[in-house]
Amino acid sequence: MNFTIHITGFVAIYIFMLAAFAGWVIIGRVPAILHTPLMSGSNFVHGIVVVGGLFALLNASTRQEQVIGFFAVLLGAGNVAGGYAVTGRMLAMFKPSVKAGAVHNIASPTNTTKG
Amino acid sequence: MIIQFSQLVIGAVDLIAAFLFMYGLKRMSSPVTAGSGIYVAGIGMLVAVLASFLYALDVEPAARPFLEINIGLALCALVIGGGVSWWGGKTVAMTAMPQMVAIYNGMGGGAAAAIAGVELFGAKTTGPTQLAVTLLGALIGAISLSGSIIAWAKLDEILRTPLRFRGQQAFNALVLVATVAVGGYIVFVLQTGTAPLLSMPHLIELFFACALLFGILMTMPIGGADMPVVISIYNAATGLAVGLEGFVLENPALMIAGMVVGAAGLLLTLLMARAMNRSVSNILFTNFGTVVKQTQGDIKGSLKPAAAADAAIAMRYASSVIVVPGYGLAAAQAQTKLYDFVKLLTAAGVSVKFAVHPVAGRMPGQMDVLLAEAGVPYDMIYQLDDINEDFEDTEVSLVIGANDVVNPEARTEKTSPIYGMPILNADRAKHVYVIKRGQGKGYAGIVNPLFYEENCNMVYGDAAAVLAEMIEAVRGLTKAAA
Repeated sequence: MNFTIHITGFVAIYIFMLAAFAGWVIIGRVPAILHTPLMSGSNFVHGIVVVGGLFALLNASTRQEQVIGFFAVLLGAGNVAGGYAVTGRMLAMFKPSVKAGAVHNIASPTNTTKG
Repeated sequence: MIIQFSQLVIGAVDLIAAFLFMYGLKRMSSPVTAGSGIYVAGIGMLVAVLASFLYALDVEPAARPFLEINIGLALCALVIGGGVSWWGGKTVAMTAMPQMVAIYNGMGGGAAAAIAGVELFGAKTTGPTQLAVTLLGALIGAISLSGSIIAWAKLDEILRTPLRFRGQQAFNALVLVATVAVGGYIVFVLQTGTAPLLSMPHLIELFFACALLFGILMTMPIGGADMPVVISIYNAATGLAVGLEGFVLENPALMIAGMVVGAAGLLLTLLMARAMNRSVSNILFTNFGTVVKQTQGDIKGSLKPAAAADAAIAMRYASSVIVVPGYGLAAAQAQTKLYDFVKLLTAAGVSVKFAVHPVAGRMPGQMDVLLAEAGVPYDMIYQLDDINEDFEDTEVSLVIGANDVVNPEARTEKTSPIYGMPILNADRAKHVYVIKRGQGKGYAGIVNPLFYEENCNMVYGDAAAVLAEMIEAVRGLTKAAA
């Protein structure tokens, strides 16, 4: 069995087309209330570039390639970690009302994270 | 055998990661499931990064002697880059969120450009298509990197005035054409084997320098108010760059995740631009907010100040109140106080709703996040289209730190720079209270005739201080009654 992945020509275009369509449809139904977390969330997803950076760095064979590859992983890791931290913090804040008229007396927890 | 096994694992894990990214984004599309959405996507990212260390089993022969150093470098880069960003993301204030997203996005673009750099300097790509795609990804990634840094500096108010000069559009176009020309020349030289005018490494360096310069030049003239849309464009651009480099590396996970974000980012950009009543090309290629000097129609009426306590008591005895928050509320860090006041009103039986304009705050949806941070449940928050008709049947609308988004001139005054922008009909409530720092103008620099209307009173002061007074007034009332 051979598990090497080869993507050329039309196969790439098919992948790009379907992925673009999927992205468009997935985001199309998002309510405005979630626009900021969503921008941040999609920002996190393109942090997958760190995997490409790791591939480039592990295959580096000159000092120059090592330096540039190091920066690729460094920046990619920053994209991933920061994107996750920020998105997670924002989404953790969205909470529904406490149910059934009891809203008034319950001091709902204010999870204010002081910056 | 072991190499085949590692290829199988990497292939399977990347497939799972691509699925989890899309499923996670889908879950993020509803407030009910959003919290778990980022968790799902996070698992995909974690397994993809772990599996990518299996690349070490099957590196190019030339890289074998360096493998141990490279693994060490990779671990260092992951720990340093990830650690610093994680700390930054965890500690940044919610109001500074837009510039933080800009920085993380720039990092992603920079990473894509750096991957292209390794491919180009190491002469790893062959064939005209591969080369062209590598260069295109490098161009987009580099623009996204330098552009995002400028966007960050503008939002952080390090750069305060937009840089504009005569013939700027032409000059920018020239730089872009030069970048593409250098890229084309690189492909030509490598494909035909002709002797280049400059040495190849210098040509590649020139290409990156031009691309980075273009990103800076393109972002410099755009005003701070338009930055959110610009960040969204760069977010989509980074996705595209990642997808293109994924093609070069023949990595379908990068291709899919990158292209999904590219398309999603494009749609998000269009939604934001529509909410601001601006077209994307308008934002990128015209200079908004330079000097808004236009004659304004005579404003009738006068500003009528009111005491905070009086306004609070009027709202306490109203049947319905709609709160219209704006960036001034966030600037005064008064969201929690506002919600405390609202809780007092609802306890007294007043029906209270929050009306959020799409561009309230500095990034679409940012006001929703800031209210959520203060503990406001999302079912009390209404968007423009869902609430605009309710104002007519509402007794009081309370405008806090918002200005342009409730300016009725946008409906009627054709010469106004905000003409045509959808606004919240706060002026149609029976009574309007406006909490405002002073008599200044809004972001667009125009006077708001709403403040001069017969049914409008101004409560001057810092939003936090005013709300504290309002809370005291309503509490005092309850005590007196008891």
